[in-house]
Amino acid sequence: METYEITVEGLRYQYGKNKAVNDISFKVKKGEIFSFLGPNGAGKTTTINVLTTLLPIQKGKISISGFDLRTQPDEIRKSIGIVFQNETLDWNLTVEETLEFHGRLYAIPKKTRKDRINELIQIVKLEEKRDEFVKNLSGGMKRKLEIARGLLTRPKVLFLDEPTIGLDPNSRMRIWNYIKRVNKEGVTIFLTTHYMDEADQLSDNICIIDRGKIIVNGFSEVLKQSLGMDVIYLKTDQDEKAFKTIKNMREIKNIRKAPSELMISVEDGQKNMPRLIEQIRIQGIEIKSIYLKKPTLDDVFIHYTGRHFREEEQEKKKKIIT
Amino acid sequence: MRTEFLTIFWRDMLKFFRIKAMLFTSLIQPALWLALYGISMSSNFDRIIPEIPISQGVTPVNYLTFMAAGVISLTILFTCLYSGITLQFDKEFGLMKEMLASPLPRSHILIGLSLSGIAKSLIQTLIIIVFGYVLGVRFFNTFSLMETVVSVLGILLFILLFAIGLLFLSSTIALRLKTHEGLQGVITLFSLPLFFASNALYPITSLPLAIRIISYGNPVSYFIQGLRYFTLGSNFYSFGNYYQYSSFDVLFALLFLLGFAIITYLFALRTIKKVKIV
Ligand SMILES: Nc1ncnc2c1ncn2[C@@H]1O[C@H](COP(=O)(O)OP(=O)(O)OP(=O)(O)O)[C@@H](O)[C@H]1O
Ligand SMILES: [Mg+2]
Repeated sequence: METYEITVEGLRYQYGKNKAVNDISFKVKKGEIFSFLGPNGAGKTTTINVLTTLLPIQKGKISISGFDLRTQPDEIRKSIGIVFQNETLDWNLTVEETLEFHGRLYAIPKKTRKDRINELIQIVKLEEKRDEFVKNLSGGMKRKLEIARGLLTRPKVLFLDEPTIGLDPNSRMRIWNYIKRVNKEGVTIFLTTHYMDEADQLSDNICIIDRGKIIVNGFSEVLKQSLGMDVIYLKTDQDEKAFKTIKNMREIKNIRKAPSELMISVEDGQKNMPRLIEQIRIQGIEIKSIYLKKPTLDDVFIHYTGRHFREEEQEKKKKIIT
Repeated sequence: MRTEFLTIFWRDMLKFFRIKAMLFTSLIQPALWLALYGISMSSNFDRIIPEIPISQGVTPVNYLTFMAAGVISLTILFTCLYSGITLQFDKEFGLMKEMLASPLPRSHILIGLSLSGIAKSLIQTLIIIVFGYVLGVRFFNTFSLMETVVSVLGILLFILLFAIGLLFLSSTIALRLKTHEGLQGVITLFSLPLFFASNALYPITSLPLAIRIISYGNPVSYFIQGLRYFTLGSNFYSFGNYYQYSSFDVLFALLFLLGFAIITYLFALRTIKKVKIV
């Protein structure tokens, strides 16, 4: 049984001599949210462009929804939806016309088209803007319209290239929720992002990509846990007594005493923190503050590349300025 | 039959009527040409050119009527040559990605656009004919009702072929150039010689040899031939010249325009199939 919606084997793409995508392979399960996380220029958009048939396939084997990209590109076009990284809206059309145009492009029958347009406009909360020109929408509304457009054809796979780029935290959250909702309805989601929180929040499966290569692939939690311990930072009114109380707990691997707090290395901090708190409270010790720091995806990135996630970007910015 | 090209047509017409500045200029411009250039020139020419005795059965045609066909061709020439800009903008601003990633056959983009090119050309032609009538243009003057009906169909056919040929030409150029600024330059470069090396404003026979040779390969000349045949008749006198068009002339002009449209279509199709946007 084929349970993968997308399989990619040995994909390469070169712009002239620049190997933008350099021999990557991955699989996306049916119904999951799969993220491509990587810094600028990693090759995310290039991969999406090849997968969505916008760029010719140079080397590699790709199958989407059971269709082979080389021999059945039209079938693939029919089964996917795309939200591009850069805005691709016609400013002289209204919200409704934008969706209408898209529906007609895909030859969706009139009745179905109308129904779905009504439904989607409601879902993305653009009812009041239905007859507004696209040029008069805010950035977030435009993005929502593009997402609605991507869903109009009821795709099996929705490609989202940096879906929340340039949005305020509120709009990002709403779009995340919406993406999750769409996913629950059975749409497989392929998402690219360079926001670590986005990848972390949304995805079942994360693929970290850098300079055209896949660095590591797996569940976010697994990736982070592979790096080692969580650290609990604890402040109490009697640090010494607290230290003695917990030093023999089995789950705790190491405790360091800083001048004003204890740094406790622990496996699976989320699970063990409540027990730790309980033990300390029983001794009548008052906890002033406590927090858990888990390894971040940035730590994962550093671990595998020896660089900070943002370094590249900073270098580029410097180059542009000078 | 797949009819998605109608979608492209629909969007283009929607924008044509919506962008008021564009609509206004494209409707006013032909009228202005006719009014300013036509009237001033015709009042001169009709005075300067001596009245040659006209033989039986030949219709005299005033200069304004003669050049009205020229104004129609000029208008269509510019409208259609500039229509490729839509593709250029779509490409430059990424809108075309939506179409290219969809199951829409690429030929439909071209066909849809050429439909809207035809529609715009017809609207403009109608304006020129109506406004021209007010100014003194007399088309179909000696025609019977039946002849007029046939002529209108003939005109439609000529406009159709001429407009789509130009549109495919313009689409090819537009898709091959990187920026729309470049496109504007190239189109101006194309349109001026096409227009002036033709029989739009004056008879070809009085032109220097080199220009005459160019005009024989010029679709504008053949379009105007067809247009004059169907508006003024096969046998008329204007501007100090006799004009006689045989059925063969008209058929040849039609085939020339058909060939022009087919060749430019093949080029445009080849080009649009290769377009990559990333
Ligand atoms: N049209 C193009 N022509 C030439 N090189 C390109 C083109 N598009 C991208 N590249 C190069 O390919 C590499 C990968 O680019 P890509 O756009 O896939 O990165 P990305 O991961 O999407 O980055 P970002 O987060 O900035 O969108 C980069 O080195 C880029 O310079
Ligand atoms: Mg990108």
